[in-house]
Amino acid sequence: MTRYTSATAGDRAEMLAAIGVDSAADLFEQIPEPLRLGRPLRLPDGMSEAEVYERLAELAGRNADAEAQVCFVGAGMYDHYVPAIVDAITQRSEFLTPYTPYQPEISQGGLQVMFEFQTAMSELTGLPVSNAGLYEGPSALASAGYLAIGATGRRRFVVSRGVHPHSRETLATYSQGYDAEVVEVGLEGGATDAAALAAAVDGETAAVFLQNPNFLGAVEDVEALGAAAKEHGALLVVAVDPMTLGILKPPGECGADIALGEGQPLGNRLDFGGPSFGFFCSTEAQIRRMPGRIAGETDDVDGRRGFVLALQTREQHIRREKATNNICTAQALNALGAMVHLAWLGREGFRELGELLVQRTAYARERLAAVEGVELLHEAPVAREFAVRLDAPVDRVLERCAERGIAAGYPLGREYPEFSDGLLVAITERRSKGQIDELADALGAAVAAERAGSEAGVR
Amino acid sequence: MSPETETPMQRERAQTIYEKSKAGRRAAVLPEAGVPERPLAELIPSNLLRSEPPRLPEIAEPEIVRHYNRLSRRNFDLDTGFYPLGSCTMKHNPRLNERVAALPGHARLHPAQDPKRAQGALELMWLLQESLSEICGLPHVSLQPSAGSHGELAGLLLTRAYHADRGEERTKVLAPDTSHGTNPASVTMAGYEVVKVATNERGGVEMDDLRAKVDDDVACLMLTNPNTLGLFDENIAEIASLIHAAGGTLYYDGANLNAVMGHSRPGDMGFDIVHVNLHKSFSQPHGGGGPGAGPIAVSDRIEPFLPRPQVVRRESSNGGGPSFDLDHERPKSIGRLRGFQGNFGVFVRSYAYILSLGADGLAEASETAVLNANYLKARLAQGRAGQRLPIAFNRHCMHEFVLSGKPMKKELGLATLDLAKRLLDFGFHPPTVYFPLLVEEALMVEPTETETKESLDAFADVIEQILAEAESDPEIAKSAPYTTPVRRLDEVKATRRPVVRQPL
Repeated sequence: MTRYTSATAGDRAEMLAAIGVDSAADLFEQIPEPLRLGRPLRLPDGMSEAEVYERLAELAGRNADAEAQVCFVGAGMYDHYVPAIVDAITQRSEFLTPYTPYQPEISQGGLQVMFEFQTAMSELTGLPVSNAGLYEGPSALASAGYLAIGATGRRRFVVSRGVHPHSRETLATYSQGYDAEVVEVGLEGGATDAAALAAAVDGETAAVFLQNPNFLGAVEDVEALGAAAKEHGALLVVAVDPMTLGILKPPGECGADIALGEGQPLGNRLDFGGPSFGFFCSTEAQIRRMPGRIAGETDDVDGRRGFVLALQTREQHIRREKATNNICTAQALNALGAMVHLAWLGREGFRELGELLVQRTAYARERLAAVEGVELLHEAPVAREFAVRLDAPVDRVLERCAERGIAAGYPLGREYPEFSDGLLVAITERRSKGQIDELADALGAAVAAERAGSEAGVR
Repeated sequence: MSPETETPMQRERAQTIYEKSKAGRRAAVLPEAGVPERPLAELIPSNLLRSEPPRLPEIAEPEIVRHYNRLSRRNFDLDTGFYPLGSCTMKHNPRLNERVAALPGHARLHPAQDPKRAQGALELMWLLQESLSEICGLPHVSLQPSAGSHGELAGLLLTRAYHADRGEERTKVLAPDTSHGTNPASVTMAGYEVVKVATNERGGVEMDDLRAKVDDDVACLMLTNPNTLGLFDENIAEIASLIHAAGGTLYYDGANLNAVMGHSRPGDMGFDIVHVNLHKSFSQPHGGGGPGAGPIAVSDRIEPFLPRPQVVRRESSNGGGPSFDLDHERPKSIGRLRGFQGNFGVFVRSYAYILSLGADGLAEASETAVLNANYLKARLAQGRAGQRLPIAFNRHCMHEFVLSGKPMKKELGLATLDLAKRLLDFGFHPPTVYFPLLVEEALMVEPTETETKESLDAFADVIEQILAEAESDPEIAKSAPYTTPVRRLDEVKATRRPVVRQPL
């Protein structure tokens, strides 16, 4: 008997008799003989549960996770504390194991969660409409490009270099299919170069993409930068870090048509990059162009309040090639984790957490800037992440810090060759003052040791 | 329905967490900042600050737990009952997989960790790539796509890059008129025009129509096999040579892979690009609408264009063991499809599933899925179901089959939707309804291998009972369901005047 199946030899015999065949192999005769594999798959034999656990634990043990190291790495995903009730609720069978809510009468739990989640994201971003979630952040941004083409009939995107490199790359990938042009605007003093942006936006521009805080941690003046988009009738798309939205002015109050982003900081673990969720909010004007699922409120035949998937006429099963997008995944379980986390934080807690991040980040930035061989990469205001320059090779410094049990940050060199000496440092509520002090010591010692080493080499 | 017959859950009016909020309540206790604090406006210019915090609920932890536990009870789920949803492969979700995915070495691993310190994770991804490669019969795998439709988009962008590299520009993608709606949606997003290919009465490709439409402007043909009627398209080899002769690629929608694991491989059928739904065949829980993952397997000629980064194994030069790395240097790559490396947590679960079953277990899983489907089909060919819900094409099926509710509608006045809603009262999730479009009043049934014979029998018995009931009083089913937390909902209203958030 295979794992997770129940058919006994007796069951099989009865079932085969009812079907009217001698063996299950007969059922596979519809596959032309040359296309039958005719040999076992070249995979190992099955294992007991205990053996699978040991094997996976052995693999997991060869990763330096955020329990093994003090993690100052961010770059879009952050080591926040996920409250215990998130695990308890998301592991309930009733949330873990259903399919998409195609039968709303027996899916009210999931649909109401979507409705509550949409409300929360709408509140966070200051925009009236939210969908129920997309795959993750960068592909959500690429989806906004598709929406913008539909909304404006134009095929040119202007993107700040402060937008996450993964988002810019994903937009470029998708744009091969969109037949769209992507124009990049550089940074000045850590923030988007306003003059260059204004010069780049024209009457053919479908959308302007900003990120706030940007990839280097700088808080952007979205409202001022967005004026260029408004002037030329382009959509303003702003990627945001949800954890900063208790503190920073929401994109909806800065003129954004679309606010989106990576949802991982809310109720989702790091998971080496996924699964998490992307969120996507817009003005009322774009609701019928939204990608993904949207839950809506309605009534049943007896007048009871209920929830359904709304605006399905945008979707693939009805519109086919004219659908607003091809996405039918809402990352519902991940969005549930976010909703529970947000409810747990609550109105006050959410703001307090945002402020905690700002205060500790300010401390860390000041502390690191005082270290010999470390200087700030930019002086722009920051919220929860900041960039420094190191007076020693970044990879060597990171290696030395790792040996002390610290993941000191994200090296900027691959994606920003102009900042090959740059390091991006992220703060969460899990990074205490003591850990920040230790990071400062470790960076200082590592830079000094590298400089001593290279001087020795020169001599 | 009168108030006396309301169930307790029906009497409980839906209340959102915002409606349970009261100013001053809270759950979270946060750490002290522990650093010298400064006024916010000294750190960030006040014109960039928020004036009022977002109106999140104010509620204590015990009530959050109750709220979501109560909501959960308003869901039907696979752990509670039979879920024969065609094309969705609702097989058991092993709890072992949840346990290993939650190990800190997986769950708290930062995606930007230096590959040197993420060797276990990269090796796991490489092993999963190798496993999927063997199962699909194609040599190269990218785990990056996050869902089936993401895999479709990837496959079409790969096709575009492949042709562009050869100096060709092709504009059309062929897809059966019965294909899943995401196929044409993905085609449009990838900048191609959809050309529909007719389907024969067996759900297979209509060969004459295909021959008429294949030319050197065709970039790709998208298919699933077994097809949408759950039947294996025996012309697949000829289809593949037609497309290849015209210079196109052949794309396999892996929605139906659960029928053929260890029995037949898309690569051997001639497909160039395959997406695999890890949330279908490889037991990732569906989560009420995600997460999933849609890795792609491709042939040699497509490999140079795969998304970056790609997980690679590097042999040691100094006699040590192999190491694993992320290869970003892929000059012909279509680029990224998303952030970081993909839905790793899904990879852990699917790899645990593959390890648990092994080569023979995967083949047996598909065999049992096919056995269960054919048995249920045989049961439903008897009695009233056989009369009112005939099988759309009567021969052995693979892992699923399609019934037509046309006689039921004509003779009893019962639409497929009514039957589906009445099934809810008996504790069954209905089959997929009104798909595929080529079958009138379609019901698409996929029992999967993890259901018992008793479940299949009980489902067949209930169908019989509902049809008998409808012969005496069709109104019962037409007004169903009666016992669910809410009854039939007004979906038109939700689209015409959408209310998509709680007013606060």
